[in-house]
Amino acid sequence: MKNKILIGTAGILAAFSIYSCKPKAPEDATTGDAASRVYVAPGKYDEFYNLVSGGFNGQLSVYGIPSGRLIKILPVFSVFPENGYGYSEETKPMLNTSHGFVPWDDLHHVAISTTKGEHDGRWVFANGNNTPRVARISLSSFRTEEILEIPNSGGNHSSPFITENTEYVIAGTRFSIPMGNKDVPISSYKENFKGSISFIKVDSSSGRMNIAFQLRTPGFNFDLSRAGKGPSHGWFFFSCYNTEQAYTLLEVNASQKDKDFIMAVNWKKAEEYIAQGKGTIEKANYAHNVYDDKKHSATSTILNEVKVLDITQFPDIVYFIPCPKSPHGTDVDPTGEYIVGSGKLAATMPVFSFTKIQNAIANKEFEGDFSGIPVIKYEAALHGEVKKPGLGPLHTEFDEKGNAYTSMFVSSEIVKWNVKTLEILDRVPTYYSIGHLSVPGGPTKKPHGKYVIAYNKITKDRYLPTGPELTQSAQLYDISGDKMQLLLDFPTTGEPHYAEAIPASLIQAKSLKIYKIEENEHPYAAKGEGQTKVERKGNEVHISMTAIRSHLTPDNIEGVNVGDDVFFHVTNIEQDWDVPHGFAVKGANNAEILIMPGETQTFKWKPLSSGVFPFYCTDFCSALHQEMSGYIRVSPAGSKTPLKFSTGKVENQESGAGK
Amino acid sequence: MKKLKPLSRLLIALSALILISAYFVPLWQIVMWAPQYPEGLTMKIWIDNITGDVNIISALNHYIGMRHIEVSMFPEFGYMIYIVGFVIGFGLLVSILNRRFMLIAYALLLMACGIGALVDFYLWGYDYGHNLDPTAAIIVPGMAYQPPVIGTKQLLNFTAFSGPDIGGWIFMVSAALAIGVLIVEIYLSRKKI
Repeated sequence: MKNKILIGTAGILAAFSIYSCKPKAPEDATTGDAASRVYVAPGKYDEFYNLVSGGFNGQLSVYGIPSGRLIKILPVFSVFPENGYGYSEETKPMLNTSHGFVPWDDLHHVAISTTKGEHDGRWVFANGNNTPRVARISLSSFRTEEILEIPNSGGNHSSPFITENTEYVIAGTRFSIPMGNKDVPISSYKENFKGSISFIKVDSSSGRMNIAFQLRTPGFNFDLSRAGKGPSHGWFFFSCYNTEQAYTLLEVNASQKDKDFIMAVNWKKAEEYIAQGKGTIEKANYAHNVYDDKKHSATSTILNEVKVLDITQFPDIVYFIPCPKSPHGTDVDPTGEYIVGSGKLAATMPVFSFTKIQNAIANKEFEGDFSGIPVIKYEAALHGEVKKPGLGPLHTEFDEKGNAYTSMFVSSEIVKWNVKTLEILDRVPTYYSIGHLSVPGGPTKKPHGKYVIAYNKITKDRYLPTGPELTQSAQLYDISGDKMQLLLDFPTTGEPHYAEAIPASLIQAKSLKIYKIEENEHPYAAKGEGQTKVERKGNEVHISMTAIRSHLTPDNIEGVNVGDDVFFHVTNIEQDWDVPHGFAVKGANNAEILIMPGETQTFKWKPLSSGVFPFYCTDFCSALHQEMSGYIRVSPAGSKTPLKFSTGKVENQESGAGK
Repeated sequence: MKKLKPLSRLLIALSALILISAYFVPLWQIVMWAPQYPEGLTMKIWIDNITGDVNIISALNHYIGMRHIEVSMFPEFGYMIYIVGFVIGFGLLVSILNRRFMLIAYALLLMACGIGALVDFYLWGYDYGHNLDPTAAIIVPGMAYQPPVIGTKQLLNFTAFSGPDIGGWIFMVSAALAIGVLIVEIYLSRKKI
């Protein structure tokens, strides 16, 4: 009895002690006036656009900062029934690959174009991680204009980071694979598996991408990368892991070595070799998809060769720098002098000096080689280490005052430190397990500063629960003072990986309002109701239709048979801001299409049964939107119902049925 | 034959010459705001054209049965260039020939032009606002959509403003110059007696 009381008391005491040990509650973490600092009054604009990767939703989302409001989701690598991306005939080619139509991808990283290392607000690039692709999205139309598939890649993770003047977008393979789709045993990894890094040239006026050359590397994994800038312009830095060259249970087998590498690439040197005609042309099939906003259509071209430089043949292009334990982020500070390696399993965080790397190369301070590539001595390249930064460092962004902000996945925090002195200045918790983080302009030569945004992997108790599948989230911190201050949590769509924020002033004014109808070069455009028509070509029926508030022309169509392929080419002939029209047909095995003013989009429908099918405008456009509809009559296969179309024509009510 | 002061002749010439601007700047403007159009829809009336958001305004007006606004519907755009040309020529002639009765005629001509333009504008507005398509989607009993000749007026969800544009203001300056000179001339000649 006495013992029981003792045990009970001890239990209560233990419970109290656990309670008292519990970390302070998250609600204590915000500052008192946080609400007013993120409040953007109705009708007012946010200060920054935040372009956030959607991860496994394959899309890019646009948020306003500081409010954290979701403004728009832009489809990139995934079909989007909401606006018909990947469903309309015009956009289907955008998702074409050498594997055929791939309707989904995993969009991890973004890169806003820069000129002289500073944001120019023209395009944002994004990577498709699964079926290797790079996309370019216009920051004027906010549409995906181009998608380039990456051959010889096993997963495009180390991408789409860009050089100072957007000369190149990079695409480094995550997984090494046998080149040329060779059928080899998996266990022949060391012998047969190779890595490849694609340098995608970007045309400075049109933005068009093409693979200038690929570097063929020894087989291991590439994680992330950043271009040099300022003094280090002309170099590119890649984090490498699995230098153990494991092909199974990587969790253990790729975590054995004390140090993996940061790979420094002298791409100017590589350019010289290419200019000298060095390198080999290899066969490779990959798709290049381009959207033309005059024809309002995409074309997909399958390319079949790529120029390759094997780095083991050109040893002065590439140098390895040892970096502790499976580095994830490799980030270059705004001055271009310092390169931060984030060994995600390491206890310290090395910061390398570009000057020291150059000296080490000049003085041949190498500790050996890896597959014939020189490995620079760790100390010779090192500026210094950030001691005890936190657990699981992943990514680093920079402000305009010489500070760095590193995300710590395991200890779930952001750590602020000084790039030169390596002194830790502040740390704040994130809720929970931050992955990427973003300071406006953080990867550029001229960070805009003011905020750091955390993109978290776990939300647990932060929002109203929605069953097992919870929202993902971002958190906004003020970094204008010495101490970081949590201001706001906001939920995100998909899974946010990397994101960039850019001042609205660089984009807002040039945002497109309408497509000019007179510039519409779509072959089936009806640029006025007088140009509407219905034509039969064999078993294809092409309907050139117009949409304007509040009617479709034609809205009565007859003469279509079961088994025909019916193409509704709908032109929105409005020339007014924010008046899209939509289009859908009952029973169509398709999504709707949304048509912007001045644009033509095509909805394909294969009627499977006879009858009269309504179609209508799906975007509430006007007071008489509910009236914006029509009928299409489908006769049994082989019928001779005459082709007929009209709008506003009333025939004898009795003459129709059964005749 | 009463003659004019040299300064008066100069001012009359100026009054005529500034009217040349009528060929290069809009004369009148109509601006319409609605909850959906906080930025406003603008229609600019020139000597021989209408510009601005005419198509959008016409597209919206079809709901209430107003006709589509087309430049070709207005014969005025065919002859207004000649009227203004005549006025300018007449003004210069007054200055050259130096006759007070001609100045009186010129001032009256300017006033007649102004009043005539407003009357014409009113008649068109009346016609547009009242002659509605009986099959229109929106029919509000007793409602007409005549735009204001000058000033603002609420028309369903739209607040319509009508008023002079740069060219209109220049015309008023021109008329004020002519009338002002005439008044001063008359005043001075009476003083002499």
